Amino acid sequence: MTRWYWVGVFALALLSLISIFVGVIDLSPRDLWRDPEALRLVGISRFPRTIAAVIAGGTLAMAGCVMQMLVRNRFVEPMTAGTGQGAALGILTVTIFAPQASIFLKMGLASGTALVASLGFLAVVRRLPPTQPLLVPLVGLVYGGIIGAGVVFAAYQVDLLQFISVWLNGEFSGVLRGRYELLWIAAAGAVLTYFVADQFAIVGMGQAVTTSLGLNYKQVVLMGLVAISLISSLTVVTVGVIPFVGLVVPNIISRLCGDNLRRTLPLVAMMGAGLTLSSDIAGRLIRFPFEIPVGTVLGVVGAVIFLWLLYRTPRYV
Amino acid sequence: MYRPLVWLAVTLCLCCVGYMIIGARGPMSFVIPFRGAKIVALILVGVSISTSTVLFQTVSQNRILTPSIMGFDALYVMILTGAVFFLGGMTVAAVSAHLAFAVTACAMTLAALLLFSTLLRSAHNNLMRMILTGIVLGALFRSITDFMQRLIDPNEFAVIQAGSFARFTQIETDLLLLASVVCTIAMVLAWRMRFALDVLTLGREAAVNLGLDLQRVQMQALILTAVLVAVSTALVGPVAFLGLLVVSLARLVTPVESHGVIFISAGLISTITLIGGQTFLERVLQLSTPLSVVIDLLGGALFLILLLNGQRR
Repeated sequence: MTRWYWVGVFALALLSLISIFVGVIDLSPRDLWRDPEALRLVGISRFPRTIAAVIAGGTLAMAGCVMQMLVRNRFVEPMTAGTGQGAALGILTVTIFAPQASIFLKMGLASGTALVASLGFLAVVRRLPPTQPLLVPLVGLVYGGIIGAGVVFAAYQVDLLQFISVWLNGEFSGVLRGRYELLWIAAAGAVLTYFVADQFAIVGMGQAVTTSLGLNYKQVVLMGLVAISLISSLTVVTVGVIPFVGLVVPNIISRLCGDNLRRTLPLVAMMGAGLTLSSDIAGRLIRFPFEIPVGTVLGVVGAVIFLWLLYRTPRYV
Repeated sequence: MYRPLVWLAVTLCLCCVGYMIIGARGPMSFVIPFRGAKIVALILVGVSISTSTVLFQTVSQNRILTPSIMGFDALYVMILTGAVFFLGGMTVAAVSAHLAFAVTACAMTLAALLLFSTLLRSAHNNLMRMILTGIVLGALFRSITDFMQRLIDPNEFAVIQAGSFARFTQIETDLLLLASVVCTIAMVLAWRMRFALDVLTLGREAAVNLGLDLQRVQMQALILTAVLVAVSTALVGPVAFLGLLVVSLARLVTPVESHGVIFISAGLISTITLIGGQTFLERVLQLSTPLSVVIDLLGGALFLILLLNGQRR
C-alpha cells in the first residue's frame, strides 16, 4: 500500500516537472536562475497550467469514486451522467440572462444546476432494478446526452454555440495566472471529502447497512452529491468537461487496492491527476506547436480503458 | 389497403407540397428543381434511416436499439476522416465524390460486419453490455474523428467538414444520383427479405426450427443496414435518434407484426418527420435551431422512457 503511495508521488512530481518545461517557448531548467523572463513565464503560464491539470484530474477522479459509492455502480461518473452537462446548462443560463454576472455567481448557479441534475439522475437510478447493473451507466449516458442536447438547443437559439463548445470539451491551453484559482475551491472540497471518506464507503454498502451502523443515509448521500456537483461545476467553469477520468481511475485503483476509501482516495486523486496531466502533455506534444484538447485525448484513451474494464474477466478478490 | 398507410401517404404529400410552396419567391422554374433535389434527398435519408433501423432492431431482437445508437454513423465519419488524414485531402477531393463515397461505404460495411456481428453474437448473454459497448464505441469513434481533425490541415479539413454533423438544409446533392441507385437496390433487397425477417421476429430458436438460415439472414441484414447508414450519413451527416423515434412511432401507428407494413409506415413517418419538421421549424416557426437537435432531444427522452419501461415490464 505505502509502496503505491511512493510510486504515485514520484510519478506525479516527474510529470509536473515535464509539464513545466514543455511548451511553445523553449525553457530549460538552467534558464530558471539565469533569466528573470523564464521565471515570469513559469509563474504566469506553466505553473498554473500544471497545477490546474493536477487539481482538475485529482478532484474529478475523487468525485467519480464518491459517485460510484453513492449509486453503488462501478460504471458511472459525474461528467457523463448529467452533472457536467447540468453545470454547462447553468453557465449558459447565466450568460444569457445576466452576462455581466461575477464569476462567483456563475459558479454558484452552475453548481446549483449540476446538483439538480445529479439529484434527478439519482432519482432515476433508484427506480432501476438491481439485477441489471449495466443499465445504470446506460441511463446515465443518455440522461447526460439529453441535457447536453438541451444546452445545444438553447445555445443555437441565442447564437452561443461556439461559446459553449469551450465548456463541452475540456482543455488547459487557456489556463493562466488569475484564471484558474477557482479550482482551489474544488481542491478544498476534495480534502473535506477525504475526511468523511469512510462514511461514503459505508453508504456504498447500501441503505440498510448504513442505517444499522448509525449513519443518517440521506444526509450522507446529499453531502456526497453536493461535493460532486461543486467539483464538477468548478471544473466545467474553469477548463470544461473532462470525460472518463472519474470513471476509469477509481475502477483501476479499486482493482489494485480494494475499496477502503480512507486509504485509497489519495491514490485515486494522484492517479487521476497523473492521467490528466500526462494527457495534457501528450496533447501539447503530438502536434507541436499546436495543441489537442485534453478532453479529446482522454475521450480516446478513456473509452479504450472503459471497454477493457467492461470486457475483462471479473476477478474476485 | 391498410388504412393508416393511406393517411400517412396523404400527410406526406401535403408536407411535400408545403415544403415546395411555403415561402417560395422567384420563378417556379428555379424553385422546383432547387427544392425538388432537396426533397428527393430528404426522402432518401428518411427511408434509409427507417429501414436500417427496422432491420437492425429485428436482427438484434430488440426494440430500443438503432444503428446510430450503436455507432454506425460515427464509424462512417471516422473512416472518411481517416481517408483524408492518411491519404491527404487533395487526393480524396481529386477522386470524384462518387468514388470516395463508394470506397468509404465499402470500408464501413466491412468494419461494421466485423465489429457488430461479434457483438450481436454475444448479445443474448448480455444485452446491456452490448448496448453500452455500442455507445462507448460511438463515443470512441467520435473522439478519434475529432483527434484526426485536429491534426489535419485546415484546407484539407473542408473536405470532411460537411460530413461531421447533421444538417438537413445543406444537402450534398452531387451524390444524389448514386445515393438513390444504391438506396433503391438496398430497399428492394430489404423488401424481399421481409418474410424471413418476420420469421426472425419469432425468436432465434423458433426461427431456426422453421428452417431459417439465421447466420445468412443476420449477415444480409447487417450489410444492408451498413449500406443504408452510409447513404444517409453521406447525404446529411449523423442523425442520432431519428431512427428510434420514427420506428417507435410506426409501431404505434401500425401495430402489426409484419415487416412489409412496418417498412412502409416507418419510411412514411420518417419522411414526414424530416420534410414536415423542416418546413415547420424553418418556414413556420422560423427557429434557427436545426431539426437534428430537436430530434435528438425528443428521441433521447423517448430512448430513456423505453429503457425504463422495458425494465419494469
